[in-house]
Amino acid sequence: MQEVPGLIACEQCDTIHRRVALGNNEIALCGRCGAELERERRSYGKRALPLTIASLFMYIIANAFPIAEMELHGLASRTTLMGAVLSLNNEGMFLIAFLVFATTILLPLIQILGLIYLLVSMNKTVRSSAFNLLARTIQTLRPWVMIEVFLLGAIVAFVKLTNMATVVPGAALWALGALTLLLAAVFSFNPRDIWQMSLSENRRAETMPQNGIALSAKKVAEAEVP
Amino acid sequence: MKTAAGLGIVSCHHCATLWKDVKPHDRCGRCGGRLRLRRPDSLSRTWALVIAACIMYFPANMLPVMITSSFLGDEQQDTIMSGIIYFWISGSWVLAVIVFIASFLVPLFKLAVMILLLIAVQRRSSWRLLQRAKLYRIVEVIGRWSMLDVFVVSLLTGLVQIKGFATVHAGAGIIAFAAVVVLTMFASISFDPRLTWDASELERGKYA
Repeated sequence: MQEVPGLIACEQCDTIHRRVALGNNEIALCGRCGAELERERRSYGKRALPLTIASLFMYIIANAFPIAEMELHGLASRTTLMGAVLSLNNEGMFLIAFLVFATTILLPLIQILGLIYLLVSMNKTVRSSAFNLLARTIQTLRPWVMIEVFLLGAIVAFVKLTNMATVVPGAALWALGALTLLLAAVFSFNPRDIWQMSLSENRRAETMPQNGIALSAKKVAEAEVP
Repeated sequence: MKTAAGLGIVSCHHCATLWKDVKPHDRCGRCGGRLRLRRPDSLSRTWALVIAACIMYFPANMLPVMITSSFLGDEQQDTIMSGIIYFWISGSWVLAVIVFIASFLVPLFKLAVMILLLIAVQRRSSWRLLQRAKLYRIVEVIGRWSMLDVFVVSLLTGLVQIKGFATVHAGAGIIAFAAVVVLTMFASISFDPRLTWDASELERGKYA
C-alpha cells in the first residue's frame, strides 16, 4: 500500500483531480459532477476553538433552562429539553425519546467536546489512534446532530400553542438559536479538514504524481466566495 | 476522464488521502479509516432501507401522531396531514407550508429519488448523469429536516401536561414517521453516488 500525493478524488463521482493551491475562501469543485472537492481553511484554524467553546456554553444554557412556559386557566407548565425526552419515555415512547435524546442532547455534546479535544491536540506530532477514531466518529455522526431542525420544531410548536394558551419563550430557546448559528460556523468545514489543516504548506504544494502513473487530471474548477 | 478506481487508486472516505496497491482489509495510513473502493453492498443495503421506509410510510401517515385531550374530556387525534390542515385553517400559512414541505414533500421526494437512482444504476444507465448527481446531493441535504414533526410532537408532549385541562400524548404514528426519516437517512448514506458514474465508464461491470 502506497500513498499517492498531490491528487484528490471526487467523493461523488470518483474523478481524479490534481490538487491546486487555493486562495482565501476558495472552493475547489469537481469538473465532472460539480461536487465540492475541498475548500481553503487556513483562516479557520484560529477561529475554530473559540467558536467551539462558545458552543459549549450555549449548549449548557440550552439544556439547563426551560424551552418554553405555558399558562392555561392560571396553571403553568414548562419543559426543558430533557423534560420533553423524559415525558416521552414515561408514555412508553422509548424509541422516540431515545431518538430525540440522541439527536439533540447526546450527539451534539459528543461533537462539541470531541472537537475541542481535537483542536487542542491537533498540533502534536504523534497522533494517537484515539485522535483518529474520534475525528472519524465526529465525521460519521455529523448528519445526526439536529439542533437546527429542533429549533425550527420548537418554533412550530410554540406558534401552535399560542392559539390555545399563553406561551412564553424560555432562555433555552434563545440559547438554541445562538447554538444553531455557532454550530453552523464551527461545522462549515468538512471534518476531513482536521487531517488537512495540520499538514504543512509544502506538503500541500507537492503536486507531481509519483510512481509513473499516467494521469490526465482535469483542471479543477474553482468557485470564488465573496 | 480518469477515475480513481480506473487507476487502481482507493480514496479514503474519511481524510481523502489516496492509496494505491490496496489489499482487502487495509486501513488508511493517515487516519486509520477502512479503505474501500465503493461503499459495501451499496445497492442491496439501500434497496432494503428504501423498501422498509416505503412500508413504514403508510402507518406514518394514517396513524395519529398526536393525541390532545382537553378539559371537557374530548380527545382530538391528529395525523401528519390533519396537523398541516389545522395550521392552514387557523391562518398560520407560513407554518402550514413549512410543515407540509418538511413532513410530506421531503419524505416522498426522498423515496422517489432514491428509487430512481437505484433503478438507473442497476440498468447501468448513462441517462442525465449530472442531474442524477445533483438530485443525490439535494436528498443528502434535505433529509434530516423531516425530523421536524418528531421534535414538534416531543416538545408538545413535554410542555402540555396540565392535568385535567389539557394534555398532549404522542401517538403511534410518530414512531412510524420517525422510522421513515431514519431509514431514508440511512438509505442515502449507504447509497454510493459513484455507482451512478461507474455506468458511464468503459470498465463497466468491473465493480458494482
